[in-house]
Amino acid sequence: MRNPHEIIEKNVGLLTVLILIAISFGALVQITPLMFQQQVMEPVKGLKPYTALQLEGRDIYIREGCVGCHSQMIRPFRAETERYGHYSVAGESVWEHPFLWGSKRTGPDLARVGGRYSDEWHRVHLINPRDVVPESNMPGFPWLAENTLTGEDTAKKMEVFQTLGVPYTAEDIAGAEAAVKGKTEMEALIAYLQSLGTYLK
Amino acid sequence: MSMFWTIWISVITLGTIVGSYLLLRWNLTNYTGHPEGESMGHEFDGIVEINNPLPRWWTILFYLTIVWSFFYLALYPGLGSFEGFLGWRSSNQDVRTLEESAQARIDAKEGEYLVQYDRELDFAAEKFDPIFEAYAKVPVEELVKNEEAVKVGQRLFLQNCSQCHGSDARGNQGFPNLTDNDWLYGGTGAKIKETLTNGRNAAMPAWIDAMGEQGIKETVAYVLSLSGREMAENHDTLAEAGKARFMVCAACHGMDGKGNQMLGAPNLTDNTWLYGGSERAITETLTYGRNGVMPSFKKTLGDNKIHVVATYVYSLSH
Repeated sequence: MRNPHEIIEKNVGLLTVLILIAISFGALVQITPLMFQQQVMEPVKGLKPYTALQLEGRDIYIREGCVGCHSQMIRPFRAETERYGHYSVAGESVWEHPFLWGSKRTGPDLARVGGRYSDEWHRVHLINPRDVVPESNMPGFPWLAENTLTGEDTAKKMEVFQTLGVPYTAEDIAGAEAAVKGKTEMEALIAYLQSLGTYLK
Repeated sequence: MSMFWTIWISVITLGTIVGSYLLLRWNLTNYTGHPEGESMGHEFDGIVEINNPLPRWWTILFYLTIVWSFFYLALYPGLGSFEGFLGWRSSNQDVRTLEESAQARIDAKEGEYLVQYDRELDFAAEKFDPIFEAYAKVPVEELVKNEEAVKVGQRLFLQNCSQCHGSDARGNQGFPNLTDNDWLYGGTGAKIKETLTNGRNAAMPAWIDAMGEQGIKETVAYVLSLSGREMAENHDTLAEAGKARFMVCAACHGMDGKGNQMLGAPNLTDNTWLYGGSERAITETLTYGRNGVMPSFKKTLGDNKIHVVATYVYSLSH
């Protein structure tokens, strides 16, 4: 009998296919069924889609790479819930595309930062974090206060989210540009941060 | 989880385990056509591939992991809707309100499930709740003599309050100093607790539209004079005109400018300034207004912990 290892080792195409099959088992078991579970499809009660301004703020959060240092995922450990509040549940993330759970905490978790600080604190802190927290090693983002938003793409973004299942109304989309135009990036980001984690009541 | 997905998960998971076992068995048989311990028939630069079997200790470990996986899948939830014989869960995930979360905790206890997170909470509650309950029975003004309580309060303060008020509680521009016994909303234990529980929303309106630039300049002059200071130039005339304008400010700050703790209106005569006391800073305050916000900590800390944090804050100036 010919050595079957030899057939695989000398045939890269076959090797690739077999590797893909081998590693797909984990995904088939862990990911596929979850996509059809009620638990991850049904939002928490009272969940609201981001307003136009919050949505723009979320894009700034992504642009500035906040997710690289801040997670948005409170794990069910007492050590975390004592500091951040109730652990994150699946129903809070159903309209997140993509979710910003992150995987690294250089700074604190932000999943429930909404309402924790005043808008003014966020403004001062984002311009220069050391003005309020001398021990902080977070970089400042002073340009956010200077850049203003035009809002020309906001409606389009909301339409895209609508196709992904976020329940925006025609009214939301029609008023999007006006709601955002002329606001600073700082205002948008703060509006986004103040909304985080506030819907699990 | 539906029957379909339970079968799907179980078949693939168990199939993978059985498949791993068969793969291992197959690898242990010599199908190469070369005797064990001898060359596989190719050599490069003096390096020869020998047909060696898998090390025995390694294969035994592999078998053990296979046996282990069956025990694991029997005890813990791993096969779809089968919950495992231990009834173990990491947390109650399928909840949509805080109320549901609390109910899930009760249900899990009644169903004798082993919820890891709930066990952590119960363990901590058993240990710490009696301490906080004992503290809660002593009024803040008395509890402040209990060194341990003050230390506990400091820990909670550092975790929840220091981001605005500073780790030394001396505050910052726009965030009150808590050590100077100068209080916006009152410094009794009860008042501090009220502030922590419900939060505070200060509302100093912007006066630029009503007063105009000249009006603001005059008012600033008068406000400076309240704490015994003067404008850089032309002080007397400006302050005189400002005194009349102060009538509207008096609604909150009082005729004498000593403030009103019911409204959180600061005392303007004591030369303690939340947003800075320079001519420029006061001008800014009057022009644009100020809206200081103290968030509510009722949900984050709960009544008993608020009591201890209030004790720490009280201790800073007493």
